[in-house]
Amino acid sequence: MPKVIGLRCRECGAEYELQATHVCEMCFGPLDAVYDRAALKKVVSRQRIEQGPKSMWRYRDLLPIEDSVNVVTLGEGLTPLVKADRLGAELGLRNLYLKNDSMNPTNSFKDRVVSVAISWARAHGFETIACASTGNLANAVAAYAARAGLECFVFIPVDLEPAKVASISVFDPNVVAVRGNYDDVNRLCSQLIESTPWAFCNINIRPFYAEGSKTLTFETAEQLGWELPDEIIIPIASGCQFVRHRQAAGELLEFGLVRGDRVPAFTGAQALGCAPVYNAFHSDTPDRVLPVKPDTIARSIAIGNPSDGVYVNRIARDTGGVVEAVTEDEIVDAMRLLARTEGIFTETAGGVTIGVLAKLARAGRWRGDEVVVAYVTGHGLKTADVLASANGHARRVEIEPTMKSFREKVTI
Amino acid sequence: MAQFRIPGPLRRLSDGEVTVDVEAHDLASAIEALDARYPGFRDRLLDENGDLRQFVNVYLNDEDVRLGSGLQAKVGDMDEISIVPAVAGGT
Repeated sequence: MPKVIGLRCRECGAEYELQATHVCEMCFGPLDAVYDRAALKKVVSRQRIEQGPKSMWRYRDLLPIEDSVNVVTLGEGLTPLVKADRLGAELGLRNLYLKNDSMNPTNSFKDRVVSVAISWARAHGFETIACASTGNLANAVAAYAARAGLECFVFIPVDLEPAKVASISVFDPNVVAVRGNYDDVNRLCSQLIESTPWAFCNINIRPFYAEGSKTLTFETAEQLGWELPDEIIIPIASGCQFVRHRQAAGELLEFGLVRGDRVPAFTGAQALGCAPVYNAFHSDTPDRVLPVKPDTIARSIAIGNPSDGVYVNRIARDTGGVVEAVTEDEIVDAMRLLARTEGIFTETAGGVTIGVLAKLARAGRWRGDEVVVAYVTGHGLKTADVLASANGHARRVEIEPTMKSFREKVTI
Repeated sequence: MAQFRIPGPLRRLSDGEVTVDVEAHDLASAIEALDARYPGFRDRLLDENGDLRQFVNVYLNDEDVRLGSGLQAKVGDMDEISIVPAVAGGT
């Protein structure tokens, strides 16, 4: 018996057969994969997970990939959850943890969703994989398509950071650089699905792709000794992964994998230069997310028209979380703060997450003993250009290769 | 005449037509004209308050109308109005 039995509209409840489609024909609402939950209840257990592979595929029972399917994997997931004592001391948090998802095969969170999406697409007969991307997704899609031996088309904004273009191109996909921003790319791809026989990871096979996000929260709970934290800080782009983390917490409780019935507070982080969800959260109409034109160094989360923004605001409100935003300077300061205190180099989106964490901590949001987890979703080398050059670093000196020069110039 | 581009999920309403020409002066009247020709479009595109539905994006010549004048956006001859489902992209 298959465990995924169809698709259901999150808004109106209309049901559809299992297929590569993402919107409800009745109301345009998002479609979600529907599992045979009674069957899952019989098999899901901590023991089965702990005996599984040392990757996110240990949670396979809760992913939309049937047991008979060969998965496309590069060993994604099971990334470090590190207790951040030095950063915590600066922020007055004694139980601060960082889920370092920059340790994935292509150095971002996206490997989780892409591993699921490409496994699903290959199992359902697709020969070409595609995506609309701000960079990290294209990187993951190109790598996993190479691994699977599938044809690949990635659509990116024409002015993407050079480091990201290089780390995409090495896998030899077809790169379509679109003269516009991410929202333009996304619209084009939303129209292309009708005339191409391709699996667009974050469009027509989005209901399956998005499910991969859950593993980040499953792992966090397992690594905390099968406990959910008090609060999770998550960067917001489309809001898609934020929704799945809330769902993951629900599944951990539903299947008895964690104790109790307490759901964490879910808090979202945006850059003020692209903050449509934050703007709505703090307005009189949080259920109306108005699009903006992005202008921020946090390019990987610069989505001006976020598809799941309304759901983010509902979840944040219902769980006692908030949506907060930081300036461009605060993003760079947070990248440096994280590197200086914990030895973790994150990209600008991680700077947004840590910046929001720091801002909320300094504003007195927490007493100090709460278990707070921040999701660090991408590696700093992806956006190293935003940091001042090494020559501009205050603690750098240049010397002759002599003892004399060292003694004269270096303060120890 | 302005021209609507109809997305796959809504083509059952337009008898399978991908494009529909309408006579209109702004987006609101364009939607009325579309609904007059193929009844059902108004309900799919507008909510009970007469605003664009949350999960519908409308582009006037490739520009998101929510970034401009919304339903009051002026529509002229030769303009293209694309209806695109909003749920896509990102994670």
